[in-house]
Amino acid sequence: MTWSALKVDAEGWRDAIEALADGRRTLVGLWGEPGVVHMATSGGGEGVIVELACPSGAFPSVGARHAPAIRLERALADLTGLVPEGAADARPWLDHGRWSVRHPLGAAEPSSGPAPYAFLPAEGESLHQIPVGPVHAGVIEPGHFRFTAAGETVVRLEARLGYAHRGLEGLMAGVDLGRAATLAGRASGDSTVAYQIAFARAAEAALGIDPPQRAHWLRALMAELERLANHLGDIGAICNDAAFVLMHAHCGVLREQVLRAADAAFGHRLMMDRIAPGGVAVDLEPAGEAAIRRLVGLIRARFPLIVDLYDDTASLQDRTVGTGIVRPELAARFGAGGHVGRASGRGFDARKAFCYPPYDSLAFDTPTREEGDVNARVWIRIEEVRQSLGLVEQILDRLPASPTHMAVPMGRGEGAALVEGFRGDVFVWVGLAAGRVERAALRDPSWFQWPLLEAAIEGNIVADFPLCNKSFNCSYAGVDL
Amino acid sequence: MSMLRLLAEGLLGPALTEAPPSSGELIELGAELAMAARRRLGRSLSIRQVDAGSCNGCELEIQALGNAYYDLERFGLRFVASPRHADVLLVTGPVTFNMQEALERTYAATPAPKWVVAAGACAIGSGPFTGGYACVGAVSNVLPVDLRIPGCPPTPTLLLLGLVSLLA
Repeated sequence: MTWSALKVDAEGWRDAIEALADGRRTLVGLWGEPGVVHMATSGGGEGVIVELACPSGAFPSVGARHAPAIRLERALADLTGLVPEGAADARPWLDHGRWSVRHPLGAAEPSSGPAPYAFLPAEGESLHQIPVGPVHAGVIEPGHFRFTAAGETVVRLEARLGYAHRGLEGLMAGVDLGRAATLAGRASGDSTVAYQIAFARAAEAALGIDPPQRAHWLRALMAELERLANHLGDIGAICNDAAFVLMHAHCGVLREQVLRAADAAFGHRLMMDRIAPGGVAVDLEPAGEAAIRRLVGLIRARFPLIVDLYDDTASLQDRTVGTGIVRPELAARFGAGGHVGRASGRGFDARKAFCYPPYDSLAFDTPTREEGDVNARVWIRIEEVRQSLGLVEQILDRLPASPTHMAVPMGRGEGAALVEGFRGDVFVWVGLAAGRVERAALRDPSWFQWPLLEAAIEGNIVADFPLCNKSFNCSYAGVDL
Repeated sequence: MSMLRLLAEGLLGPALTEAPPSSGELIELGAELAMAARRRLGRSLSIRQVDAGSCNGCELEIQALGNAYYDLERFGLRFVASPRHADVLLVTGPVTFNMQEALERTYAATPAPKWVVAAGACAIGSGPFTGGYACVGAVSNVLPVDLRIPGCPPTPTLLLLGLVSLLA
């Protein structure tokens, strides 16, 4: 599956909206630049990006017909000033009134300052609100959660994000590919490899180049190490939020070993700045390969014990089974990727759907479950750890010999890529000219997962929110950019 | 069964926890600050972490301080849930305008004496997010900073070195 771009008129834009609303296609991204909006969708074996010129400064709202687009559209309106006509929710999303300007990526004008933010109402007897954040109790990212509860039971949760908005897409505009790759790698630090692969692939598609084979394989090796590190950390952290610290301690040891192996092999624990358009920045030396092989042996020896511990502990399962359920139809409608989608029956995996190298020649399964609860999201991660171990071994066994980098021409063009990170599919679109980025759009998988967390927590007790939240582990920075 | 085995291994097996880092050449820390902190706080320090707009890379490495290898709490250092309980604010990120007020209010809620540690390239002011409409920049533009820990992100060893130096 590859991406094709299509310029449409308002009618074509509305057709694209209807295809989302009736479930024929899945929303992948929605972004704007001055006078133009873009919508990326997938389905039927193809990715399509439709582009609508909106000289009047307005475009037909996607969110009005397809709820998963609402927050993307609010962010787009904040950044560019383009108005989604007919939108049900006109509140700002990223713009908290704290910047000196409004519409920083469009026709900038002075800001009028912060305005009160109206949370969605919940009405009924004896309801109370609990505001949480943006500074939280743990070592986590900033965001505000507004709970409305009846006693202990959550009636409504609404998240307000944007606190970590660094203006990343604005900073990427006008810089060279190297600097843009550095910025892309800091969209969400836990997914730095996935973002740098997605950015590199989008830029390579724009320029019509294909890096050497070994570069593809090393990228995948880093991506699977990143998946292992995050899943191991998450499995432990979820159990920690159910007050079962032993799992957390043992998973933390394995996660640390993954980061140390990554450091030994690629020179950075999180593997930041190891991938750029044209290839990879570092080659794998024999000592690094040996470190990764030792790591695989260690996890294969220790992980089954940890999984047994999870499976055998009834008091832990009591917290995770049946908690925070996401219904499969909701996961499908939102196009939720990663463990959130797969735990609710949506088996989409960009590595398979887009068959990018080297995954087209590697054997692996994408696990799915139907229950959609915290327990299912834990088991998806457990199964994905096993799959990633197999992938790492296959990659090391068959790593082709070739250069690791090629010269990147100073071309002009647009390109897109969808890459499977640990949390789901990361989408990047770039427009390049003369070796520089003119405009970039990055879409984190969390855009389509945060709203489902709000659905999953409904009817659960407030005390189970950390557990549900960790089982999703959505990115704040990746959404805020 | 697996619980008993893991507990037994933990009790009887060798410790994973590593020796504390010793060399502090990368940390530019005034001896005065260390003395002051020691005099006021003894050997214990409560830390409130504030993400002021980081990419979450720093948070990952700060979380790693709690794992068996670094075991932060053996030094009397611990993360607390409220600024009201904190001696130190450990701040990451390029301080976005959207987080500036929350950071200032967190500082105001922290009882004196208090120290501010800026962790990571963004918080120090040398990160990739300088410029633009959305970031204030270095933490020192907003709060008085007592200690800077470099890195993108800082490694757990470096973080530990910096934090322990407050008690040295």
